[in-house]
Amino acid sequence: MKLLSYFRGEAFQRGVHPPSCKLTADRKIRRLPFPPKVTVPLSQHIGKAPRPIVRVGQEVVRGQPIARSDEWLSVPHHAPLSGVVEFIGLRPGMRGTWIESIVIRAHPGATQEDLWGRPRDLSQATGQDILQAIWDTGMVGLGGAAFPTHAKLSVPKQAKVHTLVVNGCECEPYLTCDHRVMVEQSDDLIAGIRYAMRATGAERAIIGIEDNKPDARSVLRDAIARAGTLPEGEIFAELVPTKYPQGAEKMLIMALFGTEMPAGGLPIALGMVVSNVGTLAALGKLLPAGQGLTERVVTVTGSGVARPGDYRVILGTPLKFVLDYAGVPAVHALDARQVILGGPMMGQAIGSLDVPITKGVSGVLVFRREDMQVRETRQTYPCIKCGECVESCPMGLNPSTLGMLAAKREYELMGERYFLGDCFECGCCTYVCPSNIPLVQQFRVAKQILREKAA
Amino acid sequence: MTAPIEIRSAPHVQGAKTVETIMRHVVYSLLPICAFYVFQYGISALASLVVVTAACLLTERFFVRTGTQAGRLSDYSAVITGLLLALTLPPGFPLWMGAVAGLVAIALGKALFGGIGFNVFNPALVGRAFVQAAFPTAIATYTPSFLTGRFTEFIPSSLAWPLMIPADAAAWLKVKNLDALAGATPLAKWKFDGVVANAVDLLTSLSGHMAVGPAPLLILLCGAYLALRRFMDWRIPLAIIGSAALTAWLLFAFDPARYPNPFFMLFSGGLILGAVYMATDMATSPVTPKGMWVYGALIGLLTVVIRYYSGLPEGVMYAILIANAASPLIEKITQPVPFGRSVLNRRKRATYPLNPGYISREEAGAVTPKKRFLPKKPKK
Repeated sequence: MKLLSYFRGEAFQRGVHPPSCKLTADRKIRRLPFPPKVTVPLSQHIGKAPRPIVRVGQEVVRGQPIARSDEWLSVPHHAPLSGVVEFIGLRPGMRGTWIESIVIRAHPGATQEDLWGRPRDLSQATGQDILQAIWDTGMVGLGGAAFPTHAKLSVPKQAKVHTLVVNGCECEPYLTCDHRVMVEQSDDLIAGIRYAMRATGAERAIIGIEDNKPDARSVLRDAIARAGTLPEGEIFAELVPTKYPQGAEKMLIMALFGTEMPAGGLPIALGMVVSNVGTLAALGKLLPAGQGLTERVVTVTGSGVARPGDYRVILGTPLKFVLDYAGVPAVHALDARQVILGGPMMGQAIGSLDVPITKGVSGVLVFRREDMQVRETRQTYPCIKCGECVESCPMGLNPSTLGMLAAKREYELMGERYFLGDCFECGCCTYVCPSNIPLVQQFRVAKQILREKAA
Repeated sequence: MTAPIEIRSAPHVQGAKTVETIMRHVVYSLLPICAFYVFQYGISALASLVVVTAACLLTERFFVRTGTQAGRLSDYSAVITGLLLALTLPPGFPLWMGAVAGLVAIALGKALFGGIGFNVFNPALVGRAFVQAAFPTAIATYTPSFLTGRFTEFIPSSLAWPLMIPADAAAWLKVKNLDALAGATPLAKWKFDGVVANAVDLLTSLSGHMAVGPAPLLILLCGAYLALRRFMDWRIPLAIIGSAALTAWLLFAFDPARYPNPFFMLFSGGLILGAVYMATDMATSPVTPKGMWVYGALIGLLTVVIRYYSGLPEGVMYAILIANAASPLIEKITQPVPFGRSVLNRRKRATYPLNPGYISREEAGAVTPKKRFLPKKPKK
């Protein structure tokens, strides 16, 4: 069906081209005011949640660690505000369940400077020191998956890494926070890349940028030129053709190197480590200052937002506060009907505005009713076997057959013969399905059931 | 106050293509073909198109209303079935038999299996197969195209009373002094009299007094529109035409005296219509790209074999129906290889998740081996 794509020269097979809607690509990152109260959920990342090390009523200053754990797949949290710990207990989380959180009330009139961090010199630090420093910042992947960064950057003894792949693709429609970070924090990004190269031992780093952000590449090439010749190795900024889901590390490696990542493997099997630009830019700023992660850049956009833009948001800021500031006059009025954390392809629709911004939230989308790309107004048909999903699945699965098996609850068969485990839930199949079948949702359910059975 | 915001599972955006748009565009692309068909055969063809489509729609409506089958009337799929079925029937086919064909097509070809998407066989071909068995004489009686007075006068067999045997078209043609041409399609003439028609005449269908179906050239153009707009898969028609041409060419090269040239094979009868509109029916063809090639190749091969070695002059219908039956099996053995699995098979050395130096930097290549994707650097 994709007769033309053979001639168009695409980086990886299949995938989709959703309308990009990058409304905020030209606007500078602005700082959102400090909220009167923040809620820090303890579980913000993949891995075990840390335990609180403050008690109710204790005064904290901005940047002070408030939760910590010695587990390998766990990172500490730092106080996003100077204030008083008001409450430790269950608060609503973005997935609908209540999770253990620390609520801090801001001191009125506090300058809210980062008081805890102490500048340090990392020029003589070994890779292990840098990894420990990264761990101390509480950094997780800011692209959305929120995997602890120190774990991602640490290379096992028997493996060797030659290339650090820096993911500047941001293929989700609407999101522009990584784009703006690349343009505005290019020097921080290069510094972060250098730390990551030293931590992993990579001798080169390649920043993959989708060709809808050519300005980011020229800015980064200037920054690379400013950095001069590096002792760590060389850094390149390269364009790849725009396509969803290029932000997935397998697709990005395919686009850059033409190499298929083996199924079930990690990039390390190819001698590579992949990290997101937002993460590395934040590291480049935090590591020399010795600070912890207390804020991130979030894209607030969508048809229901009066002042869309990329905002530097304090972690733990209630969503309602963000939306009030960005000009969503009446989320609860009938004209704004859908609020999504993340991008429109993989983001999480939420039902409560009390949830806080966490480390993994890259975007807040608000859609009005008339602009909502509604699925349920469409008639749902049985699968007509048009093959669109097979043509669009970047993992080369057969969503059509998988969907039919899911309807019959043949979950084991899906996993054993049709490689359900390879699905990373990008949603391309559901995006293209003319019959309006919620394929990816069925796959999520099936994977969950298989996980429960295996446990 | 409860928030009236809505929670739905990702993705929150969706492509523009729906079942209705696909079906509607197929109908649009069929309209020029139908118009030319009416131009060829006059009001008899028009009446046939209208009656057969109406029969399909009424039957569909009955089964949708009674809840026997999924889908709904506005999905245009019954219109496609009706138009395609009418295009495969001879223009002077008795209208009541056409209505029966439409009824059978939807009832036995579609509703029986559960409606849109569930049918195993192409409904239009099920209808045609039924009338081929039930009314063999009527379906073999073609009249020549471009007769004078075709817009003012029905072919008499069209208006036969229900359950009556139609009037003999030969007698009517004799009145028009055309008896030499009566009742045989180019394929039948080749099969029974050994006369091979000119391929260019067949392709355009513009040469008068030939008893042919819809124009292959027009069908190819309309099919190209569908393929370019991605409402149809281009692989299947290409595979059918390629495999039929190859088979016919091999036999022709083997014995040119006995077998006609491959161009005649391609453009005579319903091969092009079948390849572009019948075999590409989504529900009854495989979804896997590899499977589509196999399925198309099978149809092309079977068509030529049936035409040459069976008692029938035409073979497309049975070829497609047989391939429809084989489609689930074809799909099963042509599942796509998931991303990263072929690497696993290729490199047996791989142990997971870690294998140091599995692909070295040299092996991983330069910065970007695919230089052709990159915009050219500005010259200084």
